[in-house]
Amino acid sequence: MGMTIAEKILARHTDQTVVRPGDLINAKVDMVLGNDITAPTAIKEFRRIGVETVFDKDRIALVPDHFTPNKDIQSAEQAKLLREFAREHDITYYFEVGRMGIEHALLPEMGLALPGEIVIGADSHTCTYGALGALATGVGSTDMAAAMALGEAWFKVPSTLKFVFNGKLNRWVSGKDLILYLIGKIGVDGALYRSMEFCGELIDALSMDSRLSMSNMAIEAGAKCGIIAPDQTTLDYVTERAKRDFTPVYADADAEYEKVTTFDGADIEPQVAFPHLPENTRGISDVGEVRIDQVVIGSCTNGRMEDLRTAASILKGNKVHKDLRVIIIPGTQNIVRQAMKEGLLDIFLEAEAIVSTPTCGPCLGGHMGILAQGERALATTNRNFVGRMGHPGSEVYLSNPAVAAASAITGKISAPEEVL
Amino acid sequence: MQGHVWKFGTDVDTDAIIPARYLNTSDPVELAKHVMEDADPTFAQKVTEGDIIVARKNFGCGSSREHAPIAIKTAGVACVIAHSFARIFYRNAINIGLPILESPEAAEKIEEGHEVKVDLTTGTIFNLTTGETYQAAPFPPFMQTIMDKGGLIGYVQWRLQTESSTGPY
Ligand code: SF4
Repeated sequence: MGMTIAEKILARHTDQTVVRPGDLINAKVDMVLGNDITAPTAIKEFRRIGVETVFDKDRIALVPDHFTPNKDIQSAEQAKLLREFAREHDITYYFEVGRMGIEHALLPEMGLALPGEIVIGADSHTCTYGALGALATGVGSTDMAAAMALGEAWFKVPSTLKFVFNGKLNRWVSGKDLILYLIGKIGVDGALYRSMEFCGELIDALSMDSRLSMSNMAIEAGAKCGIIAPDQTTLDYVTERAKRDFTPVYADADAEYEKVTTFDGADIEPQVAFPHLPENTRGISDVGEVRIDQVVIGSCTNGRMEDLRTAASILKGNKVHKDLRVIIIPGTQNIVRQAMKEGLLDIFLEAEAIVSTPTCGPCLGGHMGILAQGERALATTNRNFVGRMGHPGSEVYLSNPAVAAASAITGKISAPEEVL
Repeated sequence: MQGHVWKFGTDVDTDAIIPARYLNTSDPVELAKHVMEDADPTFAQKVTEGDIIVARKNFGCGSSREHAPIAIKTAGVACVIAHSFARIFYRNAINIGLPILESPEAAEKIEEGHEVKVDLTTGTIFNLTTGETYQAAPFPPFMQTIMDKGGLIGYVQWRLQTESSTGPY
């Protein structure tokens, strides 16, 4: 009996030739990630272990992105812990403000998450790198500490759910819509403890940016990871950036899946997730009249070039609705520069949106656009839990950048067709 | 262990357990002051040492913040019983030594205010209020060892000292 991608990647990082779902194993990791919220605890725990040095200074990434540029004194203290630890251990991939980006936009861009690798990060959206054919998964700070010391982590081998997307993409449908649609079908615990594999004609046709948004939200279905087998699109993307050698891994022809589910692109229109769970999805034509106070375009889900280009194509020559504010957050410094070169920043400013330096900011209710009681935001982010973007009495709706941009113009959740 | 039960519903997320607005610190005592705040704003005042949380499916979904189980543990909660746990919360709880048990039956039948006794080694849950007993799967030996060492850090220290390997690590 063969192995799925997840099983095969895990096996290759142990001294076993075969692993099976349910096995508890210890695997080597290729990259360990932490941010300004999770790394401070990891650093404290690392010190408790009592080892002198980290396992490999080139395989740890520290990205202060959540509350940076520091929003207050306490956050500044947390960010300082990272900076000092990075200096003390000569960590190669510490990204200071000015060189940083939202971690899951940054690591793929820097070639620090690669096909066939195991990447663990003390951040739940580490699953983003599944789009590159890596087994990438979120862990806690203590896991991060142990991995920084040993270069290893414990795993329970997950069983795999395969999702096949056939047919053609409808207009304005992106990877974000495919994953929202999927979560709407299986629920926020529909893939609990499982590995998801995404494949089919629709996935083959997706750009790298769109695939990254898709795998980003695997966690919103409860999954350990959401993997797309590397193809030419993947290899074109990683080859020019890779900081290390890598070996792509593919599922065996006789791999065993817990379940295979097939979707047809014809059934999938742009999706909107209603409060307060990502599973509360509706097609854009079923949304009805929902007035909004704020639009956020950014985050590790949709803060990449393709997202900004889409938003700009809709905002161009239009103005943001008078009752609304729009916050656009490019994912990394490189994305800011590229958007500037392409004239996108001008389009946004002309439309009377604001453009922020890369930060998680409002995505987790940190800073840069917090909601008051009773306010409603439409965001291209990935979570719409109670209080996620501010007051517990505020609401967050999730969509792709095209719907967000169109809604910015109309002041209510709208399909792109309404403004074009 | 034995304690008073506080009951929660389905999909209690980590933003409800410890909202991001309090994450500019990693001090456990500060975090515990806001535990479960967006699910029940009065919880931090009501909870006392040794209490037990019972919840329905997918407890702890959302972010990887270890601050969530840390806040629960530091607030004095002795154990969390749920229909199921989100996977990162599950591993974090084990890694920091917060006992958790999965039992759909217990999650269904135990109500707020019940008095419950838990035997972690066997996974047996006794409802002292109704007289019922529920069975949860006990931890696999490897996870039990982590718990016995007080969490993953204690386990890693022990492993490094003894160079013994009885399972993962
Ligand atoms: S952008 Fe949002 S979801 Fe992504 S890492 Fe930052 S806080 Fe988390």
